[in-house]
Amino acid sequence: MPDVLDAAFAALSNPTRRAIIARLADGYATVNELVEPFSLSQPTISRHLKVLENAGLISRSRVAQSRPCHLETGPLAQIDGWLEKYREVLEANYVRLDSVLDVLEAERKNR
Amino acid sequence: MKERTFLEITRLSAVELQWKRRFSASVASVFKALTTPDLVQQWLTGPPGMTMPICEIDLRVGGRFRYVWQRPDGKEMGMGGEFKELSPPNRIVHTELFDEDWTGGETVVTTTLAEQDGGTLLTCTVRYSSRSARDAALRTGMGDGVAHSYAQLDTFLAGRQP
Repeated sequence: MPDVLDAAFAALSNPTRRAIIARLADGYATVNELVEPFSLSQPTISRHLKVLENAGLISRSRVAQSRPCHLETGPLAQIDGWLEKYREVLEANYVRLDSVLDVLEAERKNR
Repeated sequence: MKERTFLEITRLSAVELQWKRRFSASVASVFKALTTPDLVQQWLTGPPGMTMPICEIDLRVGGRFRYVWQRPDGKEMGMGGEFKELSPPNRIVHTELFDEDWTGGETVVTTTLAEQDGGTLLTCTVRYSSRSARDAALRTGMGDGVAHSYAQLDTFLAGRQP
Protein backbone atom coordinates (compact mmCIF):
# COMPACT_ATOMS: atom_id res chain seq x y z
CA MET A 1 0.00 0.00 0.00
CA PRO A 2 2.29 2.77 -1.19
CA ASP A 3 -0.37 5.44 -0.56
CA VAL A 4 -0.21 4.68 3.16
CA LEU A 5 3.55 5.04 3.07
CA ASP A 6 3.41 8.21 0.99
CA ALA A 7 1.10 9.83 3.53
CA ALA A 8 3.22 8.61 6.45
CA PHE A 9 6.48 9.83 4.94
CA ALA A 10 4.96 13.18 4.01
CA ALA A 11 3.75 13.61 7.59
CA LEU A 12 7.16 12.59 8.91
CA SER A 13 9.02 15.08 6.72
CA ASN A 14 8.82 17.51 9.62
CA PRO A 15 11.22 17.18 12.60
CA THR A 16 8.62 18.34 15.14
CA ARG A 17 6.19 15.68 13.95
CA ARG A 18 8.92 13.04 14.19
CA ALA A 19 9.61 14.24 17.72
CA ILE A 20 5.92 13.92 18.57
CA ILE A 21 5.91 10.35 17.24
CA ALA A 22 8.98 9.57 19.34
CA ARG A 23 7.28 11.01 22.41
CA LEU A 24 4.13 8.96 21.78
CA ALA A 25 6.23 5.83 21.43
CA ASP A 26 6.74 6.18 25.20
CA GLY A 27 2.99 6.30 25.77
CA TYR A 28 -0.10 8.38 25.07
CA ALA A 29 -0.10 12.13 25.73
CA THR A 30 -2.52 15.03 25.74
CA VAL A 31 -1.97 18.16 23.65
CA ASN A 32 -0.93 20.07 26.76
CA GLU A 33 1.61 17.39 27.64
CA LEU A 34 3.06 17.74 24.16
CA VAL A 35 3.18 21.56 24.20
CA GLU A 36 5.63 21.79 27.08
CA PRO A 37 8.68 19.81 25.86
CA PHE A 38 8.55 21.32 22.39
CA SER A 39 8.32 25.01 23.37
CA LEU A 40 5.70 25.49 20.67
CA SER A 41 2.24 27.03 20.94
CA GLN A 42 -0.79 24.86 21.50
CA PRO A 43 -2.29 25.72 18.06
CA THR A 44 1.00 24.78 16.37
CA ILE A 45 1.10 21.41 18.14
CA SER A 46 -2.55 20.85 17.28
CA ARG A 47 -1.84 21.50 13.61
CA HIS A 48 0.98 18.94 13.66
CA LEU A 49 -1.29 16.43 15.39
CA LYS A 50 -3.92 16.91 12.69
CA VAL A 51 -1.36 16.08 9.99
CA LEU A 52 -0.24 12.97 11.88
CA GLU A 53 -3.83 11.91 12.45
CA ASN A 54 -4.73 12.35 8.77
CA ALA A 55 -1.73 10.21 7.84
CA GLY A 56 -2.99 7.47 10.15
CA LEU A 57 0.10 7.68 12.35
CA ILE A 58 -1.81 8.65 15.48
CA SER A 59 -5.37 8.51 16.73
CA ARG A 60 -7.08 10.69 19.29
CA SER A 61 -9.47 9.39 21.85
CA ARG A 62 -13.02 10.73 21.51
CA VAL A 63 -13.90 9.72 25.06
CA ALA A 64 -11.84 11.86 27.40
CA GLN A 65 -12.18 15.63 27.07
CA SER A 66 -8.43 16.01 26.87
CA ARG A 67 -8.50 13.75 23.78
CA PRO A 68 -5.14 12.02 24.40
CA CYS A 69 -3.09 11.00 21.36
CA HIS A 70 -2.04 7.42 20.74
CA LEU A 71 0.42 6.01 18.28
CA GLU A 72 -1.02 3.89 15.48
CA THR A 73 1.54 1.28 14.60
CA GLY A 74 0.29 0.18 11.16
CA PRO A 75 2.07 2.73 8.94
CA LEU A 76 5.16 2.68 11.16
CA ALA A 77 5.43 -1.08 10.74
CA GLN A 78 5.49 -0.52 6.99
CA ILE A 79 8.25 2.05 7.40
CA ASP A 80 10.25 -0.57 9.26
CA GLY A 81 9.85 -2.61 6.10
CA TRP A 82 11.48 0.22 4.20
CA LEU A 83 14.43 0.16 6.58
CA GLU A 84 14.89 -3.48 5.74
CA LYS A 85 14.77 -2.55 2.05
CA TYR A 86 17.53 -0.02 2.71
CA ARG A 87 19.66 -2.73 4.25
CA GLU A 88 19.13 -4.84 1.16
CA VAL A 89 20.15 -1.97 -1.14
CA LEU A 90 23.26 -1.35 0.94
CA GLU A 91 24.13 -5.02 0.85
CA ALA A 92 23.61 -5.12 -2.95
CA ASN A 93 25.97 -2.15 -3.30
CA TYR A 94 28.62 -4.01 -1.34
CA VAL A 95 28.21 -7.21 -3.32
CA ARG A 96 28.91 -5.15 -6.46
CA LEU A 97 31.86 -3.57 -4.65
CA ASP A 98 33.19 -7.11 -4.04
CA SER A 99 33.30 -7.61 -7.82
CA VAL A 100 35.01 -4.26 -8.42
CA LEU A 101 37.59 -5.18 -5.79
CA ASP A 102 38.23 -8.57 -7.38
CA VAL A 103 39.24 -6.77 -10.57
CA LEU A 104 41.40 -4.27 -8.69
CA GLU A 105 43.17 -7.02 -6.75
CA ALA A 106 43.80 -9.02 -9.94
CA GLU A 107 45.30 -5.93 -11.59
CA ARG A 108 47.49 -5.31 -8.55
CA LYS A 109 48.85 -8.85 -8.56
CA ASN A 110 49.59 -8.73 -12.29
CA ARG A 111 51.68 -5.61 -12.01
CA MET B 1 35.66 -18.90 -1.85
CA LYS B 2 34.08 -15.71 -0.65
CA GLU B 3 32.69 -15.50 2.83
CA ARG B 4 29.02 -14.48 2.75
CA THR B 5 28.64 -11.48 5.00
CA PHE B 6 25.30 -10.37 6.32
CA LEU B 7 25.04 -6.67 6.83
CA GLU B 8 23.80 -5.56 10.20
CA ILE B 9 22.91 -1.96 10.90
CA THR B 10 23.47 -0.99 14.52
CA ARG B 11 21.98 1.96 16.36
CA LEU B 12 25.15 3.31 17.89
CA SER B 13 23.58 6.26 19.66
CA ALA B 14 20.45 8.35 19.42
CA VAL B 15 21.63 10.00 16.21
CA GLU B 16 24.14 7.51 14.85
CA LEU B 17 23.86 4.36 12.79
CA GLN B 18 26.77 2.09 12.09
CA TRP B 19 27.49 -0.94 9.96
CA LYS B 20 30.55 -3.04 9.25
CA ARG B 21 31.45 -5.10 6.21
CA ARG B 22 34.47 -7.26 5.37
CA PHE B 23 36.05 -7.27 1.92
CA SER B 24 38.56 -9.76 0.60
CA ALA B 25 40.82 -7.05 -0.80
CA SER B 26 43.59 -4.81 0.44
CA VAL B 27 42.83 -1.58 2.28
CA ALA B 28 44.40 0.32 -0.63
CA SER B 29 42.05 -1.31 -3.14
CA VAL B 30 38.95 -0.64 -1.04
CA PHE B 31 39.97 2.99 -0.58
CA LYS B 32 40.47 3.30 -4.34
CA ALA B 33 37.07 1.74 -5.08
CA LEU B 34 35.37 4.14 -2.65
CA THR B 35 37.00 7.29 -4.00
CA THR B 36 37.54 6.82 -7.76
CA PRO B 37 34.57 8.06 -9.83
CA ASP B 38 34.57 5.42 -12.57
CA LEU B 39 34.77 2.68 -9.92
CA VAL B 40 32.09 4.21 -7.67
CA GLN B 41 29.80 4.35 -10.72
CA GLN B 42 30.10 0.58 -11.02
CA TRP B 43 28.91 -0.35 -7.56
CA LEU B 44 27.13 2.49 -5.72
CA THR B 45 24.07 2.18 -7.93
CA GLY B 46 21.45 1.28 -5.34
CA PRO B 47 18.25 -0.56 -6.30
CA PRO B 48 18.10 -2.68 -9.46
CA GLY B 49 17.72 -0.73 -12.67
CA MET B 50 19.39 2.42 -11.41
CA THR B 51 22.57 3.87 -12.81
CA MET B 52 24.88 6.66 -11.69
CA PRO B 53 25.53 8.83 -14.76
CA ILE B 54 27.27 11.57 -12.81
CA CYS B 55 29.99 10.99 -10.25
CA GLU B 56 32.39 13.76 -9.39
CA ILE B 57 34.87 13.46 -6.53
CA ASP B 58 37.34 16.16 -5.54
CA LEU B 59 39.29 14.11 -3.05
CA ARG B 60 40.86 16.65 -0.72
CA VAL B 61 39.83 18.22 2.56
CA GLY B 62 37.29 20.89 1.66
CA GLY B 63 36.74 19.25 -1.73
CA ARG B 64 33.25 18.29 -2.79
CA PHE B 65 31.66 15.25 -4.36
CA ARG B 66 28.44 14.88 -6.30
CA TYR B 67 26.49 11.75 -7.22
CA VAL B 68 23.50 11.72 -9.54
CA TRP B 69 21.44 8.55 -9.93
CA GLN B 70 19.07 7.84 -12.75
CA ARG B 71 16.01 5.63 -12.58
CA PRO B 72 14.87 3.44 -15.45
CA ASP B 73 12.24 6.07 -16.36
CA GLY B 74 14.94 8.73 -16.68
CA LYS B 75 14.17 10.59 -13.46
CA GLU B 76 17.22 11.69 -11.54
CA MET B 77 18.11 12.21 -7.92
CA GLY B 78 21.24 13.83 -6.63
CA MET B 79 23.34 13.95 -3.52
CA GLY B 80 26.43 15.90 -2.67
CA GLY B 81 28.77 16.73 0.15
CA GLU B 82 32.19 17.82 1.29
CA PHE B 83 35.26 15.99 2.56
CA LYS B 84 36.04 17.04 6.11
CA GLU B 85 38.90 14.67 6.98
CA LEU B 86 41.03 12.41 4.81
CA SER B 87 43.68 9.94 5.94
CA PRO B 88 44.26 7.73 2.91
CA PRO B 89 43.77 4.84 2.85
CA ASN B 90 42.22 4.43 6.30
CA ARG B 91 39.74 7.16 7.03
CA ILE B 92 37.26 9.43 5.27
CA VAL B 93 34.88 11.85 6.94
CA HIS B 94 32.42 13.58 4.67
CA THR B 95 29.11 15.38 4.86
CA GLU B 96 26.24 14.46 2.58
CA LEU B 97 22.88 15.87 1.68
CA PHE B 98 20.26 14.66 -0.77
CA ASP B 99 19.00 17.39 -3.09
CA GLU B 100 15.52 16.98 -1.63
CA ASP B 101 16.93 17.15 1.91
CA TRP B 102 15.10 14.12 3.26
CA THR B 103 17.29 14.11 6.31
CA GLY B 104 16.49 17.61 7.54
CA GLY B 105 20.07 18.78 7.27
CA GLU B 106 23.46 17.36 6.44
CA THR B 107 24.52 13.98 7.73
CA VAL B 108 28.14 13.27 8.61
CA VAL B 109 29.54 9.97 7.41
CA THR B 110 32.74 8.49 8.83
CA THR B 111 34.27 5.59 6.93
CA THR B 112 37.23 3.68 8.32
CA LEU B 113 39.15 0.88 6.63
CA ALA B 114 41.30 -1.48 8.68
CA GLU B 115 43.29 -4.51 7.68
CA GLN B 116 41.80 -7.69 9.12
CA ASP B 117 43.00 -11.22 8.40
CA GLY B 118 44.44 -10.22 5.06
CA GLY B 119 41.23 -8.47 4.05
CA THR B 120 39.65 -5.17 4.93
CA LEU B 121 37.05 -4.30 7.52
CA LEU B 122 34.97 -1.30 6.51
CA THR B 123 33.14 0.52 9.29
CA CYS B 124 30.66 3.17 8.30
CA THR B 125 29.09 5.52 10.83
CA VAL B 126 26.31 7.89 9.82
CA ARG B 127 25.48 10.77 12.11
CA TYR B 128 22.31 12.74 11.53
CA SER B 129 22.10 16.48 12.03
CA SER B 130 20.79 17.43 15.42
CA ARG B 131 18.18 20.04 16.00
CA SER B 132 16.29 20.42 19.24
CA ALA B 133 13.20 18.68 17.91
CA ARG B 134 15.22 16.12 16.01
CA ASP B 135 17.15 15.28 19.18
CA ALA B 136 13.85 14.54 20.83
CA ALA B 137 12.78 12.44 17.84
CA LEU B 138 15.93 10.41 17.93
CA ARG B 139 15.92 9.79 21.65
CA THR B 140 13.90 6.66 21.14
CA GLY B 141 14.72 3.77 18.90
CA MET B 142 11.57 4.41 16.97
CA GLY B 143 12.49 7.98 16.17
CA ASP B 144 15.84 6.73 15.02
CA GLY B 145 14.32 4.15 12.72
CA VAL B 146 11.82 6.60 11.30
CA ALA B 147 14.42 9.27 10.63
CA HIS B 148 16.72 6.77 9.03
CA SER B 149 14.01 5.31 6.85
CA TYR B 150 13.05 8.76 5.80
CA ALA B 151 16.62 9.64 4.96
CA GLN B 152 16.68 6.81 2.49
CA LEU B 153 13.18 7.07 1.08
CA ASP B 154 14.48 8.84 -1.99
CA THR B 155 16.66 5.86 -2.77
CA PHE B 156 13.81 3.41 -2.29
CA LEU B 157 11.32 5.36 -4.34
CA ALA B 158 13.85 5.88 -7.07
CA GLY B 159 14.10 2.12 -7.37
CA ARG B 160 10.36 1.63 -7.77
CA GLN B 161 8.89 1.28 -11.20
CA PRO B 162 6.50 4.17 -11.92
